Amino acid sequence: MYNTLVNYTLHLADNSLILAQRNAEWCGHGPILEQDIAITNISLDQLGQSRNFYQYAANLINVSKIPGSLKAPSPLGESLSRFVGRLGSEVTEDRLAYFRTEREFKNCLLAEQPNGDWAQTVLRQFFFSAYQFLLYEKLQHSNDEQLAAIAAKALKEVTYHQRWSSEWVIRLGDGTEESHQRMLNAIDELWRYTGELFIAADYEAVAGFDVALLKEDWMKKVNSVFEEATLAVPEKVFMQTGGKTGTHTEHLGYILAELQYLQRTYPNAEW
Amino acid sequence: MKDYKVPPPAGGSGGGSWPLWEVFVRSKQGLDHKHVGSLHAADATMAIENARDVYTRRQEGVSIWVVESKYITASNPEEAGELYEPAADKIYRHPTFYELPDEVAHM
Repeated sequence: MYNTLVNYTLHLADNSLILAQRNAEWCGHGPILEQDIAITNISLDQLGQSRNFYQYAANLINVSKIPGSLKAPSPLGESLSRFVGRLGSEVTEDRLAYFRTEREFKNCLLAEQPNGDWAQTVLRQFFFSAYQFLLYEKLQHSNDEQLAAIAAKALKEVTYHQRWSSEWVIRLGDGTEESHQRMLNAIDELWRYTGELFIAADYEAVAGFDVALLKEDWMKKVNSVFEEATLAVPEKVFMQTGGKTGTHTEHLGYILAELQYLQRTYPNAEW
Repeated sequence: MKDYKVPPPAGGSGGGSWPLWEVFVRSKQGLDHKHVGSLHAADATMAIENARDVYTRRQEGVSIWVVESKYITASNPEEAGELYEPAADKIYRHPTFYELPDEVAHM
């Protein structure tokens, strides 16, 4: 159970970190100043969420290393101890973000997909925020007090992300011929990564609810926004999976190369 | 159904083709909305959200008003003389000639 909790916490952290990193790529490149600030605000919200989860995960791992610790098993399970050994004597949020490899990241594939154009970015955000909204709504009632507290705090942020991204999906879908076409392209690109959100990995058992059960409400939200946006939900698309267990698309390696370069080249460098 | 405006085509000067909006933020309950600046947005809904992101990200406010700049009629600075200066020598218009009882606070 303890290993499962560490893995689940890392999964939540990785989701937020990778999407934060993707959205941060817009910094200085947004379509207009106001939207540049909006998307980077969202990025910072997500970075904050990931920090909270990483800090918790680091704490769980450090506690497990204390001999005779009552709460945690010693040693950690095999998959965890493989990288924990590499992270130094005291594991920190930074070590978890900067010194794990691609296969050790557990984020959903959707989070790592490229920004593409503005349509693809806002659609990815909408799919993810609608998911995170339902997830955190459940998680805030978790038996694990720490996860519950992080989820409750993040829920307000995610509520705004969902609202902001829905507005954009509607605006572009029900906009000009070109903006509509761009939304269609974005759906074509991203829909195949939405199935994974609702297929539970082993460690999600610790969540206290079945993530598959979120799908119905998520589909309702997507349908209502798509209807207003004059867009259709695709049918019979083969769903890609694997991110939750470390099998990623080719994009994650490049994200990590940029994200981790400095700390790997100059370990412990500080501002 | 909301009345969404169509965003401008890609390229060009981005928000340059969107109208300008003036933003008013109330810093806390009970205070007035104060003008804080302006921004570009395609319509009122987007203007509120942009204002939220641009002007309240450091806890500056609890309420936002936006109005399209073209609907604000401003006085002409060149007419400042005739508009405002005549008031300068009429100090009797200020209620400063009354004796206030000590019991009256906050005046």
